[in-house]
Parts: sequence; C-alpha cells; structure tokens
Amino acid sequence: MPINKFITLESTYVPLPIENVDTDQIIPARFLKATTKDGFGDNLFADWRYNKDGSPKADFVLNKPEYTGSILVAGKNFGSGSSREHAAWAVDGYGFKVVVSSFFADIFRNNSLNNGVLPVIVSEAFLAELFAAGADNTIEVNLETQTITNKATGKSESFDINSYKKGCLLNGFDDIDYLMSVKDEIESYEQNRA
Amino acid sequence: MAGKTLFDKIWDMHEVKTIEDGPSVLYIDRHLVHEVTSPQAFAGLKARGIKVFRPQNTFATPDHNIPTINQHLPIADEVSRFQVDTLTKNCEDNNVTLFGLGHPKNGVVHVVGPENGITQPGMTIVCGDSHTSTHGAFGSIAFGIGTSEVEMVLSTQCIMQPRPKTMKINIDGKLEEGVSAKDLVLYVISKLTTGGGTGYFVEFSGSAIRNLSMEGRMTVCNMSIEMGARGGLIAPDEKTIEYVKGREYAPKGADWDAAVEKWKALVTDADAEFDKVYNFDAADIEPMITYGTNPGMGVGITQSIPTLDTVEEASQKTYLKSLDYMGYAPGEKMLGKPVDWIFVGSCTNGRIEDLRVFANAVKGKKKAEGVTAWIVPGSHQVEDQAIAEGLKDILEEAGFELRQPGCSACLAMNDDKVPAGKYSVATSNRNFEGRQGPGSRTLLAGPLTAAACAVTGVITDPRTL
Ligand code: SF4
Repeated sequence: MPINKFITLESTYVPLPIENVDTDQIIPARFLKATTKDGFGDNLFADWRYNKDGSPKADFVLNKPEYTGSILVAGKNFGSGSSREHAAWAVDGYGFKVVVSSFFADIFRNNSLNNGVLPVIVSEAFLAELFAAGADNTIEVNLETQTITNKATGKSESFDINSYKKGCLLNGFDDIDYLMSVKDEIESYEQNRA
Repeated sequence: MAGKTLFDKIWDMHEVKTIEDGPSVLYIDRHLVHEVTSPQAFAGLKARGIKVFRPQNTFATPDHNIPTINQHLPIADEVSRFQVDTLTKNCEDNNVTLFGLGHPKNGVVHVVGPENGITQPGMTIVCGDSHTSTHGAFGSIAFGIGTSEVEMVLSTQCIMQPRPKTMKINIDGKLEEGVSAKDLVLYVISKLTTGGGTGYFVEFSGSAIRNLSMEGRMTVCNMSIEMGARGGLIAPDEKTIEYVKGREYAPKGADWDAAVEKWKALVTDADAEFDKVYNFDAADIEPMITYGTNPGMGVGITQSIPTLDTVEEASQKTYLKSLDYMGYAPGEKMLGKPVDWIFVGSCTNGRIEDLRVFANAVKGKKKAEGVTAWIVPGSHQVEDQAIAEGLKDILEEAGFELRQPGCSACLAMNDDKVPAGKYSVATSNRNFEGRQGPGSRTLLAGPLTAAACAVTGVITDPRTL
C-alpha cells in the first residue's frame, strides 16, 4: 500500500514537554477495538484531551487554539509501552507528519516509519529550545538532507535515518512491497534450511 | 574472531538477506496472532488479493477483548464481539489454527504458546504484542511487532528488522525467601529505567536466572520490554528441555532427539562480546512495588518514594505529574498505604506457579474487607490445573474468586476495569495512567506481595505475613 511521500516540511508545531509518553496515553486501550485504521486521530491522547463527558480539557495543548501545525514535539522517550500501531495511526490520523523528540521507543519508531510519519531525534538542548519558543515558531524538516531547523534560533541539526527507510519515505513505498518482491529468495531460504 | 552471542547465532540462522545500511529480512518460525492487532493486517492481505503464506506457522487466540466470566455466552460488548468474530473469520479464510473463545487451549497468547509447545528454543517468534518477549525464556528471539509488520509476516513469513545491539544482564547469587522473579525484574527495570534497554536485545544470565523455574524465566523475559528492550532471552538448559518435552506441538520421536541436540548448542560463546553488560547481585533484591506511572518507578517494599532532589531537574515535572496522578508525594513510605483492588493474572504472572504462590499465601486467611480481587488464570489449561490441584477451593475459602482466562484487568479493553482513583496491586506489567481503567492507579508487584496486600488491605511486606 503506498504511504504518504515525504520530502520537506515547514510548519508550526504542538509542544508536549512530557517525558515517557506511553502508548496507553497516545491511544488508550479501549479505543483499540476497531477493525480498520480510520478515526484514531479523534482519540489521540484521549484521556489528557477530553473530560469524562467528552468535552475538551481547556488546559491540554491540543485544545489550545494557538498551537497548530503538523509537527508534534514531545519529551524524551516518546511512545514507550505497547506495540500497538494504533498509536502511529492516531498520530497520523490527527494530521502529524513528523514527531520530534530526544528519544523514541523502538517499536513506536518502526510503526511510525511504516505509516509515513517521520520520527526525528534531536539533542536535549535542541528540544529544550523548541519548547522555549513561542507558539508561532516553525520547524523545517528536510528528509533529503536529513536536517531539522528551529526557525526561531536559526539552529539546525542533522538526524539519523537508515538509507533504506529514507528511500521508502521519499518514494512512498513500504516494506511489504519490498518483501513481496523477494519472495523467491524467501522460498529458497526455506528449502535450504530444511 | 570473537565468539558469538546466543542472540547473534539465532539471528544469523534466520537472516534471509540484508539490505545495505538497512534492515535484515528475517525469517519467522512462529507467528502468534490475537484479535486486536491483526484485523487491519488481514484486511491488507485481502486488498492485495493474497492469503496467509505459511498458515502452519501461524497460531491465533483471542484474549484481550474477552470477558472472564460467563464465557459460554456471546460477548456482550458489540464492538469487542465483532473484533473477536473477525479473527475467527480471518483464520477460517486463511486456514490458520485458532484457539477460539471456549476452546480448551484458549488463553492469553503468551501463556498459550509455551504451554502447547508452540514456543521452542532457537526459534524466531513474533506477535503483534509487545510482551511477545515472554517466549525468549526458551532461548528464542521473540519480540512484539506492529500491525504493518503482522501483515508482512502473514504475507511473506518475514519481517524487515534492523539488527539490535546486544546487552547482557547478569544476576548472580540467591534470591531471598519471599523474593520472586517478578521482584527481580522490577528491580532491574528500576535500575535501568524504562528507556534503558532501548535499541538492545537482552540476554539474562547468572545463577539467579538459572535457578528460576521456566515460569519465573517467562516473567523476567516478559518484562524486558518494560525497560525498552526489543526483547530478552535466556539460554535453554535441562529445565527448558524438560518443560517443552511432550507438549502437543513439540517435536516427537527422532525429531525430538535431533531438536534437543541442536538446542544444546544454543549458548553464548565464552569469548563473545556484548555491546553493554550489567551485573546485579540477587541478594540486594527485596520484594518490589511500583509507586508511579511507568514500570521503572519501583522501589523495595520497605523503602520510600524517592525525594525530588534524587530526580534529574529536567525530569522533575514529569515525576511530579506522575506522583500527582497516583495521589502520592515524594518521600512517603509505601508500607501501610491503602489498597482497594487486587489483580492476579496476565502474561506476566498468570501461570500455574503464580496461582499456587498466591493460593498458598492466602490459605486459611481471609480477604480483607473492602478489597476487590480478581484472580484470573492465563489460560484454560492453567484454570483446569488450578481446579485439579484444589487451588480454586483454597481461594474460595479465603474469599477469592477464580475467574475465567483472558487478559482481564491487565488492560482496560474488556469488562474488567478498575474504577477511577482506586489503588490496584496488580501482578501484570504496566502501571501507565489509565492502564487498568480511566483514572485507575496501578501498583505492580509479584503474586506473593499481592497476596499479602489482599489479606491486609494495605501495602504489606510478604515476608512478614
Ligand atoms: S495479559 Fe496484558 S500484557 Fe499480556 S497480552 Fe494481555 S493485555 Fe498484553
């Protein structure tokens, strides 16, 4: 299935300066009963975002009108916990194309990449400056050159991504397409090991 | 040339190919499937017009959504029922073995795999579930995957994975009486933090690990994900082989002998190097309990909640937010704090040994007034054995109810939810905000500690029981 192609993006961002945001916060388990990938964005951070009666909690950042944009900036160790890809679907479904943090949990990072959402790892200092800037600040992310720029400070950092995954994102193809294309090799592996 | 770690040996045997500066194509021996993380993957297959590539290597069981009482009745929650029915339909369409609701082999997927001999040493095992790490207790590479990856394995029996780094966690010495595998692993996580293992695959070794039963080893490997590790494994030994022997899907006859021969080679070479090594002394470990909202926030049960000055400045805000959620303050003692709920179960501590420990500890005592307790076997086989051993009677005499198997209150996805604000001592694996129900407050512990708290109604050191 083709995923979103990604090259560059400049956008305002939503700051979430909390560490260890786990997958149960990103999308609580009771929302995992769906059998499709649609609609998870509405429940992104549901327990922080809504009151019991479903009304928005005014003090949560997603409910503050001044914070907008398609980049989420989160505290260290984002996405720890479960393997639920629903977390990536929720982040994607809400409209985030990039998540910036100083550290990501492994499975979440894989899941994001598999859904065309780019996880960008930056230094603690870079992250702190993003949190310190105003709501109108923007970030520029360039996947081709693997750089991220804080427009308020003008500072840039380069980020890591393996070249295979980078190619997938730039071209909008995914791992299943690749694996299907090497099925012969998989079958000969099976025969040789038997 | 330096020797190889056990992890590297198994990984290398399963590498179909590698992509330069990219992931490996890793062949998967066993794919376990449950109802929550698979429907979108099966739908993806359908959209491509293909069927499951190797159905004989795929085993499915519903566990997250199912009720733990009245399992003979249709699931009341319509959306849950639809998800479970979707699994049934997908398995039928693709010839996948399904241990459906009510089937004698139904249960939590990570309990079902080992007890049926589906899990074996030297294998690669995946499931759309982070606690797949449990199966590493048999000396296999087992890890959780996302739904895109479930689709990869269903369609090609392979997955694209970057090779993780290797870590050794060595625990020597003897665990004190009353200290369990769960305490051991909660202790390790409290030292490494929830991100300490990220990027690594862990091998647990040392005499304290060797001395654990297979159940105990599963508890340890199960929780390896809670330090962020990709998974954890333990080299197989006589105990492992003895456990697998005779189970339904285990090799038989000459195949068995050949398999055992191969399994004996599954050790880390003496001169192999790990990217990181930690050493711990089992004697330093006391019964553990968590006080916060991630599994790394644990202390010895006689200890106090860490004071603010022991927390890095940048993390203090998150730390206070977490304690605030729990209704605790820095510096408070854990002993004597009130407990409303007890949950014994899950893929971490829902096996027969755990039920035995709990039942023996509450035998002849009474459940404390005001405490609600759910004792949930990890599978039907565990349930049957608990009944046959008389554990059910012991529990009932002490005022506890043995429920039917499932994930239950480990995650708030079925009917078993802990109400907002209540304190729940749970033998499961995650104490995240709302994990057991919106607003619920979870304190992770081992089954013996859960028993001590259940009969006193407050946080109690099981060694004083
Ligand atoms: S028991 Fe809990 S951790 Fe284990 S598979 Fe079920 S929900 Fe996941």
